[in-house]
Formats: sequence, C-alpha cells, structure tokens
Amino acid sequence: MRYLKLSIDELKQIAKTLRKHIIEMTTAANSGHPSSSLSAVEVVTSLYFGGFMKYDPKKPGWPERDRFVLSKGHAVPVLYAAMAEAGFFSEDQLNTLRKLGSPLEGHPNLKRLPGIEASTGSLGQGLSIGLGQALAARVDKTGSKVFVVIGDGEMGEGQVWEDFAAAAKYQNGNLTAIIDQNGYQQTGSTKEVLDMGDFQKKIEPFGWHVQTINGNTMEEVVEALKVAEGITDRPKAIVSKTKKGFGILPLLEEAGDTNFHGKPLPPAMAEKALAMLS
Amino acid sequence: MALGEISGLKLGQATRDAFGDALKDLGSEYKDVVTVDGDVGNSTRTEPFAQTFPDRAFNVGIAESNMVSVAGGLASSGKTSVVASFAAFLLCNAYDQIRMSVAFPGLNVKLVGSHAGISIGEDGPSQMGIEDVGLACSLPGVVVMVPCDANSTKAATKAMLDYKGPTYLRLGRPKAPVIYDENCKFTIGKANTLKAGTDITLIANGLMVPAALDAATELEKKGHSVRVIDMHTVKPIDEAAIVAAAKETGKIVVVEEHLSHGGLGSVVAMVVAKENPVPMAFVNLGDTFAESGQGDELLVKYGLTSDEVIKAAEGLLS
Repeated sequence: MRYLKLSIDELKQIAKTLRKHIIEMTTAANSGHPSSSLSAVEVVTSLYFGGFMKYDPKKPGWPERDRFVLSKGHAVPVLYAAMAEAGFFSEDQLNTLRKLGSPLEGHPNLKRLPGIEASTGSLGQGLSIGLGQALAARVDKTGSKVFVVIGDGEMGEGQVWEDFAAAAKYQNGNLTAIIDQNGYQQTGSTKEVLDMGDFQKKIEPFGWHVQTINGNTMEEVVEALKVAEGITDRPKAIVSKTKKGFGILPLLEEAGDTNFHGKPLPPAMAEKALAMLS
Repeated sequence: MALGEISGLKLGQATRDAFGDALKDLGSEYKDVVTVDGDVGNSTRTEPFAQTFPDRAFNVGIAESNMVSVAGGLASSGKTSVVASFAAFLLCNAYDQIRMSVAFPGLNVKLVGSHAGISIGEDGPSQMGIEDVGLACSLPGVVVMVPCDANSTKAATKAMLDYKGPTYLRLGRPKAPVIYDENCKFTIGKANTLKAGTDITLIANGLMVPAALDAATELEKKGHSVRVIDMHTVKPIDEAAIVAAAKETGKIVVVEEHLSHGGLGSVVAMVVAKENPVPMAFVNLGDTFAESGQGDELLVKYGLTSDEVIKAAEGLLS
C-alpha cells in the first residue's frame, strides 16, 4: 500500500514535475488540454502524495483503496502525470499520450489503464459515479473514500446538481467534490458563458460542508483536505479557485490567450515553459 | 379477442411483476446486487427488493441521469447494479449516462426498462418506450433482452444477474399470456422455437409472441406449416436460428411492439440479407407515436395483432 504523506516543500517539488510532464506529453502528442490540467496540479498532487488517499500502484484493483475520479476528463494529463510519479506505470509511457495503441487515451478509460477509476469525458457524470463508489464502500464497509474533481464550466451540467442533492440524502461523509474553478471554459470565461455565482453559497444549502480556497497554493489545498477529512457526517466540497494554465501564466499572457483551451504549447513555447518550471 | 386466446393461453403476471418477484427472491443468494431507482420502484417493481434489502437499495429521486451514473459507480466498485425506470425515461433521458457510465467502461449494470411498448395504454405516448430496443442495441457490448411472459422473465432475471457486463431487460405493464412453464430455461442469445414448421417462420418477442402463436394457429387451420420463434434476445441475436429459418422455411415475418427502425425487425433483416436472403415482412409500430387509450384498443389501432401477422404471412405465402 502506498500512503505517501510528503511535506509541503516536497509536494511543491512534485507539482513542478507534474507540470513539466503535462507540457511535455501534450506537446509530444500535439494535442490535449494542458491549461485545464495545470490548474488542478496542486489538488491532484496533494491527493496522491499528501497522505489523503490510500492506494497501491501494484494492486490497482485493491478493494479498500480510495478512489479518484476526474470528472473533467479532458484534464487527464495531470492524472497521468501523477500516476506515473506514483508508480502505476513508467514515466516513459507519458509520451505515448493520445497515440494509437497507448492506454493513455485523450480522456480517461478505465478499461485500458489500471488505476483509472472512471471513464469520463462527457461532462457532468463524475460526481454521480463517485457517489456510487461511495455508496458501495458503505455497503461493503471498506472505509474507502472518494474524491472527485469537477470543472467550473462543468457545473453547468444539471446532473452535478442532481448529485449534490442525492449525496446529501445519503450523508456520504466519504465523498469529497473539488471544484477546479479556473475561471474559463471552452469559448471564454465562465463569467461570460454561464455565470453561476458563488459556488459555496449554492452548494451549502444542499447540506454539504463547503470550503473555498486558493487552489494553486499548496498549503491551502493541504489544509482544506485536512479539514474535509475531519468531517464524516456529510459530503464535502472544496471550491478550489485556480488559474487555468497556472505555472506558465506569463507565457499564456505573452501569447495573448489566458484560456489556451484544448491546445498544446508549440515546441518553442514548451521549451520556455519547461525552463520556467525548472 | 385478447392476445393468446386463439392459442388457448391463459393470462399470467405482467413481465414487470415477474421481474420484481424474481429480483426479491434472488436477493439473498446474489449478495452483490443493489438497486438504484428514480422514484418509480413501485411501477418497475424493484420495490419488493428494496423493502427486503433496504441497505442495498437507493432511490435517488426523479433524476435519471444521476441514477444511471450512480449505478455505474456502484458497479465499478464490484456491485451488480440493477437500475430500473420506465423504458422511455431510462433509455431516452439517460442515454449519454448509459453510454459513458455503463457501456463504454463495460460495467456490470443491469438496465431494466418497464412500461415498454404501447400496451401500457391510458398514460399515453410520453410514457411509452417504443424506441428503447433500438437505442439499447446501439450501445456497443450491451445485451438486449425482451422476454414474453412471467416465467421466462424470471429466468431472464436470473440469467441477467449471472451475466457479467451491461444488459438491458425490457418489461411490459399489462398481464401477459403464459407461454413457458416454471422450469423454463433462458439462455442469453439462444432463441426458443415454440412451434416447428416448414412453410414460413414468425419471429417475435415480448407481448407479440402470443400474437405470433395465435396467427400460427389460424394459419395452420388453413393448411400452412408455421414455425414460431421467441427471439427473446435481440443482441446478441441468434443468427443460427434465423439462418435455419430462412433456409428451411423460405419466408420470415418479424413481429414486435416497437418502432420499425432499430428494433428486432432490422436486426433479423440484417442477418437474413447477409446470410440467406428470403422474402420478409414486418409487423411493428412503424414510424409513429401512439396515443392514450386502453392497451388492447391501441394494439388493434396500431396493427399489433394476430390478424396483422396473418395478413403479413399470407402476403408472403401467396
């Protein structure tokens, strides 16, 4: 069983490594969603390496493991990067992203890659899948916890709100939703496309425990996950305010596109980005 | 005349009731089974299971999308998820959730759609699943079953729970004529020949099996030798039974309580066209929604009767 509990400084180092992996693999694939992946790095790093999730890369099907569901499936490079660092597969495999024959598909596919807990990519379904896993853990008394990362644009999907209600009904204290509020969706800022206002104020009345944090500050992410861990009588949400493309923001500004949705960094830009992260 | 009367069949339980009884009865033996409902458990008949095994039954409210994905999540953690709603709401409302949370990951989710077909009657077209078989067949790797009576539905329920992978079970609301005995076998993908015959084959499923048997009884009185096949599994289809029917009887009528597009007729036609082309006829709802009315009135109005089957058969025989 792997139950890493690294220090904040070590987590920050890993976050840098994950960011480099994200840029390298999407540039190598010449496609993908690096900016959507970069915003969620601190959250994914804390979950996999901060002692909040128990898992065993050698036994990915271990029934008592905790589960991570990436509902915003297009950000899967951050997950692949974390899985490689955690030892689910070798780092070399990262550069097979999106290539024919590789299990590292453009969106997560649980049938092809052990350690992936949900096949996502059609937005809105991950939290429901997570609730199903949380309910199974309750029936089987495994003690498993489930963490689901949702995009802020994805919050426009009605199914997410169906699940906020259902999870509260079943008082699933083993379910944590993390909303990666990076402020952008495909065609523009979430404020312009569909402004849903204050997520905390909307989710709390469902009966959830909600915190709002700066999700690109490792200390805040770790602290929020600790607080959430202590709440066991109801489901928990963390509204994680982030920046899309965090880590290489000056380069996105220079390119005149702070959304940079669904496109890899061109090789020269990727080189600058990697230098910036070193 | 009521369905099955000509062939002397007696009315039995509705297939949804048989499913509900079987699920409850199998619940103690099949400990991994859980149910996920969208607040229609007293219609789909998952209710007896839910009352017997309350810790394994989840009613997520009127939220079919969430319902299906929750079922997927339970299955991804080793449960056998039975998720039931009206066929129309399950397949039409939650299609993408079935596609992404069930079929694509190939999870062990048992989709159960009740109130299929127009025979549900008075509640009208919004409640009638008339496209569900086509939609279910369009999902890669999903087994699609349409049992015709109570005993075969009970056997189908067990077969469904024994099978590892996504399945769809289509159920009806009205009482169905009894065709099988209590010890009948249901083998997924293996059709049952209910009547031997050499002049023509009637292939049917669900409530149209008794209509086909009635038609066969009448046609035999006129001197025709009629084969009747209960094609209870639409996917995977029993190609061997179809090819044998085409070769040995030379004519095939397909009868179903479903739209013409994407149902049993199109699946059988594909096999016939590929393997052994013979003249075919189709008795189904065509390309229309139905309306409110009594179930048996609607079956007559929309041409889902033994008379229509006889007409179609005679068209091929003449």
